[in-house]
Amino acid sequence: MRKLVLIALVLISGILFAARLFYLQVYDASSQSLSENNAIKVMYDYPQRGYMFDRNNQLLVSNQPSYDVMVIPRDVKPLDTLEFCSLLKISKEKFEEILQKARTYSPRLPSVVIPQLNKADYASLSEKMYKYEGFYIQRRSLREYQVNHSANVMGYIAEVNNAIIEKNPYYQMGELIGTAGVEKEYEEVLRGIKGVKYIQKDRFNRDIGPYKEGIYDTLPEAGKDIQLTIDAALQKYGQELMTHKRGGIVAIEPETGEILALITAPSYDPSLLVGRDRSKNFTKLWYDTIEKPLYDRVLMGEYPPGSPFKTLTALVGLHEQVVDTLDRFQCYRGYRYGNRTLGCHSHASPLSMVGGIANSCNAYFCHVYKRIIDKYPTPQEGIDAWRKDLMSFGLGNFLGYDLPSGKRGNIPTSKYYNKAHDFPAHKWSPLATISNAIGQGEVLLTPIQMANFTAAIANRGYYYTPHIIKNIIGPDTIPKKFKERHYTNVAPENFKPVIEGMYQVYEKGTASGIKIPDIKICGKTGTAENFTKINGKRTQLTDHSIFVAFAPKDNPKIAIAVFVENGYWGSRWAGRIAGLMIEKYLKGEITRTDMEKYVLEGSLEAEYAKPYSGKPFSINR
Amino acid sequence: MIGGKNYMRLDWLMIFIFIALVIMGWVNIYSASLSDEAKGFFDFDQIYGKQMLWIGLSFVIIIFILAIESKFYERFASVIYIVSLIALAGLFVFGKTIAGATSWFDFGGISIQPSEFVKATTALALAKYVSDIQTNLTEFKNQIGAFIILALPAILIILQPDPGSALIYAAFIFPLYREGLHGVYLLIGFSAVVLFVSTLAFGAIWVALAVLLLAGILLFRNRKRRPDFIKYILIVAGCIVFSFSVSYIFENVFKQHHRDRFNILLGKEVDARGIGYNTKQSEIAISNGGWFGKGWTQGTQTKGNFVPEQHTDYIFSTVGEEWGFTGSMIVVLLFVGLITRILFRAEKQKTQFGRIYGYSLAAILFFHFFVNIGMVTGIFPTVGIPLPFFSYGGSALWGFTILLFIFVKLDGANHYYT
Repeated sequence: MRKLVLIALVLISGILFAARLFYLQVYDASSQSLSENNAIKVMYDYPQRGYMFDRNNQLLVSNQPSYDVMVIPRDVKPLDTLEFCSLLKISKEKFEEILQKARTYSPRLPSVVIPQLNKADYASLSEKMYKYEGFYIQRRSLREYQVNHSANVMGYIAEVNNAIIEKNPYYQMGELIGTAGVEKEYEEVLRGIKGVKYIQKDRFNRDIGPYKEGIYDTLPEAGKDIQLTIDAALQKYGQELMTHKRGGIVAIEPETGEILALITAPSYDPSLLVGRDRSKNFTKLWYDTIEKPLYDRVLMGEYPPGSPFKTLTALVGLHEQVVDTLDRFQCYRGYRYGNRTLGCHSHASPLSMVGGIANSCNAYFCHVYKRIIDKYPTPQEGIDAWRKDLMSFGLGNFLGYDLPSGKRGNIPTSKYYNKAHDFPAHKWSPLATISNAIGQGEVLLTPIQMANFTAAIANRGYYYTPHIIKNIIGPDTIPKKFKERHYTNVAPENFKPVIEGMYQVYEKGTASGIKIPDIKICGKTGTAENFTKINGKRTQLTDHSIFVAFAPKDNPKIAIAVFVENGYWGSRWAGRIAGLMIEKYLKGEITRTDMEKYVLEGSLEAEYAKPYSGKPFSINR
Repeated sequence: MIGGKNYMRLDWLMIFIFIALVIMGWVNIYSASLSDEAKGFFDFDQIYGKQMLWIGLSFVIIIFILAIESKFYERFASVIYIVSLIALAGLFVFGKTIAGATSWFDFGGISIQPSEFVKATTALALAKYVSDIQTNLTEFKNQIGAFIILALPAILIILQPDPGSALIYAAFIFPLYREGLHGVYLLIGFSAVVLFVSTLAFGAIWVALAVLLLAGILLFRNRKRRPDFIKYILIVAGCIVFSFSVSYIFENVFKQHHRDRFNILLGKEVDARGIGYNTKQSEIAISNGGWFGKGWTQGTQTKGNFVPEQHTDYIFSTVGEEWGFTGSMIVVLLFVGLITRILFRAEKQKTQFGRIYGYSLAAILFFHFFVNIGMVTGIFPTVGIPLPFFSYGGSALWGFTILLFIFVKLDGANHYYT
């Protein structure tokens, strides 16, 4: 016993140390990663963000240097807070608050104190920075916008938030990320890859050279430039035409699916979201719930399409073989069903398909629609067949374009009506859905979906997924999916009468007053009823003015959809704007200056003020 | 004699482990003290260059020790002991103060720390006293005698003040126990440690309640065997008084930095930037090693000088970072192997003197090994004592070399008495 005590203790300590070492070195490897290591400082080298060009190589956005004041909280030494705050132009309380937030985020990692200093502030601050240990200035590059339009297309960049950092370890506090538009969609292309340098530090936090002679360091990889499909001149012109109006314009090149113009109104100057006032400006835009400048109406707005939808009713009718182009339907200044009438305006009657489209006869399309649904044994099957044909035009679902926001729109299903009418307890007839025939009722489309189906009509039966990317400059190319044709269910020969009808809209129909000389345009007006709630009461507002068109009739170069909220009848605003845009794009100059003057000087602000006035108002005047 | 056939009688295993530890120690000191001004391995301005010199000189010392007739150590043990005590006392007159402790003699730039050598002389004196035919450790008188031999150097060292080094003298309880000291001393010592640590961790009141509860349970279980109530009451009272005095001393006598050292150990303080810094940095460095380490001179914590005293007391953290679990385990196994081998050889000694000396050597090495690696890996409070043969420092290296090689000589000479 006496011989064994010490030797036992020696062996026990050996085992104890083995266990402890195993725990520290092998089992609990938490403190082993490079960035967690307090002996190694990680420095980032940010590459230039890629530029954006328009389809004609006009520069849209480039970069400017910007300077962020950064802090690593654990390195902060006692400092003259008052002097530092006056240099930073912030209050002491604000400064303490920022510092506390940085500490909470991480004592080891850098946080932003003041973002985006301009050159003048940087100059006065940089010579005194040596006095403030733990603080340093990080150079970054900021966007510099060459144009004051297209903010909705380009989008913007913003500081990453904690949610993004947790999801994507590439980003560190204070770094920038594209958060809307092309900046978001093509973030990784534009961003490039930041370079990393590992610096060995001693216990006084002094740099003592690159860690392991820099074998883990990486060089930054520059962001790639991007060429967009938009035409800057067209974009600018569209923005001007839309002043004092709400709505949007989408123009697509039918033979490629390239988006030529994507205009939402009201919009904002993209330069507002750069620099020290960014946050102030952003808040202002974000909380403008009346004009909603950050809301992209052409991608996010779901509107009743109105009469342009009749072209689709006609196409589906032909495809389902329930109507012949020569079939005529009587219009009794409306479509009578049961004891109700769906009204129409006065025009020659009866009309065949071309005339029906040219004069936008409601009754004609109600007849066609009813025949489509009645072709099937039950209205449920009828609705679903009708829906399937429409979905082949890219309706009722996301189109798959390369911008980060969008809506499905709505093409109602039989399930929807079964639920609404409490089927099978109550049956419903096709007439309950008759408003769909003329693009009212439950049907909702986004303006880009309208432009897309117009492009499909222009192509006589197929479309390319609309896209904003024309070229990624460098070895990358644009995704293959933008080069695939999507065929609609409707056979090419069935498009002929519809296109003829759309041509007649200009020749002798609803748009005959807004003809553009020398260009054969096919179009369709739309006037859509719409409602809002004022103090909880459903109130009708002035109709939306809608227009879709493509030109030239043969070998179309542009398909366009224009939407003007509460603009009254289709040719009044939307039709004029569509014509001007087409002429601008195809000819590069405007011959109908009378129309241009009318649109540029016209304002709908009084119309938009009505629901907020608190007084009773009249509509459609 | 080391010449002729007799050299074969040296215990080459001990010598081999000694050489391995010294070389590995130097390799790690080189890494821990490497700086930009280094001009090669033999730059004597650098810490690793000096250590190279101390290692070279230690082999000269070894030759001297092995050359001397083995009987000399037993015969002159008392004289050597007294001379070493005079040297310790001389510090109060001629000593040099470094970091608050007057532990050094300064010989023209070379500092010698007598306390590193006194461990060996005390071991000799104790071995001589206990092996005396008239000494019987079961007698109280002789227990006092042995205690005085240990207490004299310990008190002189505490007065320097260097309480860490004085702690080592507690190791001599093991050779004394081996030679017949009653086991109750070991038990008392062990209970004192348990009470001490639990008082600091939970507070005196809870410890007192726990002691009372435990005594109650024991009394109840032994009630049929007519327990000696007075003994129970004395033990319980002793424990409670001890617990409260520890609490009192801790709060009122200890200085803040002593308290901090214990609080870190007990997990009451986790502030890595404050007082837990040394231990935390050392743990980070060791963790960085992983299975196989970062490689020689590649440790980031070591290079950044994050671990304080890394070439001396914290040298094992360099081993941990640069050689990983594998390297650390080799060092641990070498120590365990060396101490086990010493104990094995001690039992084989024909003289009681040789056996007691061997046990003392083993116990001292074990204490250093346990306290130092325990501290560096964060399972023992910070007590600044070196890792034998490994840590930087001439006095420490020579002190341990002398301690070890006197035993190697005694062990080699053992064969003559057969």
